[in-house]
Amino acid sequence: MSVVRVPPVLRTEAGGAREVEASGATLRELLEDLSVRLPALGSRVYADGSIHSFVNVYVDGEDVRTRAGLDTPVRDGSTVILLPAMAGGSLTPPAAGRSRAAGPPSAAACPR
Amino acid sequence: MPTYRELLQQTKSEISELDARAAREKQGALWVDVREADEWQEGHLPGAVHVPRGYLESRIESVAPDRSTPVILYCAAANRSAFAAKTLEELGYTDVHSLAGGFTDWKRNGLEIVMPRTLSPERRTRYSRHLLIPEIGEEGQLKLLDAKILLIGAGGLGSPASLYLAAAGVGTLGIIDADIVDETNLQRQIVHSLDGLGAPKVDSAKRAIQALNPDVDVVTYRERLTSENIDRILDDGWDLIVDGADNFPTRYLVNDASVWRGIPVIHGSIYRFEGQVTVFKPHEGPCYRCLFPEPPPPELAPSCAEGGVLGVLPGIVGTLQTNEALKLAVGIGEPLVGRLLLFDALATEFSEVKIERREDCPVCGTHPTITEYIDYVEFCAR
Repeated sequence: MSVVRVPPVLRTEAGGAREVEASGATLRELLEDLSVRLPALGSRVYADGSIHSFVNVYVDGEDVRTRAGLDTPVRDGSTVILLPAMAGGSLTPPAAGRSRAAGPPSAAACPR
Repeated sequence: MPTYRELLQQTKSEISELDARAAREKQGALWVDVREADEWQEGHLPGAVHVPRGYLESRIESVAPDRSTPVILYCAAANRSAFAAKTLEELGYTDVHSLAGGFTDWKRNGLEIVMPRTLSPERRTRYSRHLLIPEIGEEGQLKLLDAKILLIGAGGLGSPASLYLAAAGVGTLGIIDADIVDETNLQRQIVHSLDGLGAPKVDSAKRAIQALNPDVDVVTYRERLTSENIDRILDDGWDLIVDGADNFPTRYLVNDASVWRGIPVIHGSIYRFEGQVTVFKPHEGPCYRCLFPEPPPPELAPSCAEGGVLGVLPGIVGTLQTNEALKLAVGIGEPLVGRLLLFDALATEFSEVKIERREDCPVCGTHPTITEYIDYVEFCAR
């Protein structure tokens, strides 16, 4: 069994938990298991057999992209960190009328 | 008991003394000026470090950790440096020499000297606790006074950063923020106060900084950073950027510009009880797009008021950013490059994950696909 650290922006999907448990010998197995235990959380991170590009996953402090990706081995007792980007700085709401008069975002770089 | 003369003669016979020519031929030598501070102020040898003889034993290891480094010691007339050479030999240094004739002969022979820049007595007092740290000292303090640091945002993260950078004597602080101070800011944005309510944040912050330290030149930009104005603002010549932005479009703009211009970015972000800090040093470490190549979808980007934040959290994260900024400005320590520091305020727990440069990074990778600014639409809740 491994410990999966849930980032604050995904806690609702984990019933408010900061850490949940999941098991698997590889990251793929672990994420499949997580998706069964907590489908809402799992789908935010992993879908159709791959990790979403805007979420980083670290096994024992190392980015799995620099290791074996979904085949990265997970030990019993490993810590898995799910890490989507956080933008917050001052956390002030944008003032009325402050929204961006921006052109269309680049489709390649923005998932919207 | 020997007299001073006898002791000096005895010491000189036991150490190596080199004349200026022979000393200059010593490859890779560290030149150490062992005179007093007032003598150093009146001129010293180029490239020398100043370690007054009274501090020699306690400070030499920080300037010459390797005991096989060739060390040339000098004073005014090669007497104090002779005793200093003997001391270093006793400490295990194996290639130590005293400069014959000292600074007096060097100068008399018309060899090059440099006049150090010095701090005024008022600044020596104000920054005395920095001057006492060997790693900073007068030279480091002068670097801080010369430094130009740009703060993105005068909010939660920018508040402690601007105050501590100002207190530390960073000579020029730029602040970009388009917002006005309101009551909800005061729970954490300590650079602002009640009398700033309704005022532009950049003006409120500038007042607080100048009340703290008039040494600091504050350059304000009351605007929101966009692809239209970023080049104009960065053309003002900033050494470092402290990124305390509250939204993804700004984060990506700052990243792309900093990579193209080679300006290190000290990144901090916060949400509720958790914070992240790292340093993006272009081309030496990863950039923000190596970490997050693209922004998350809107439902995963609650970077706005709905999220909430513990008031002290930006204080902790913003001061960690300031720590990195001060180290980079002085050129000491191990910056947080390639490491993302995570802080959990509820557990009071720090953890760290490695971030590596991505060869396929769209901005700093080997074949960049992004070569001009992208204006992402704002996707936090309104």
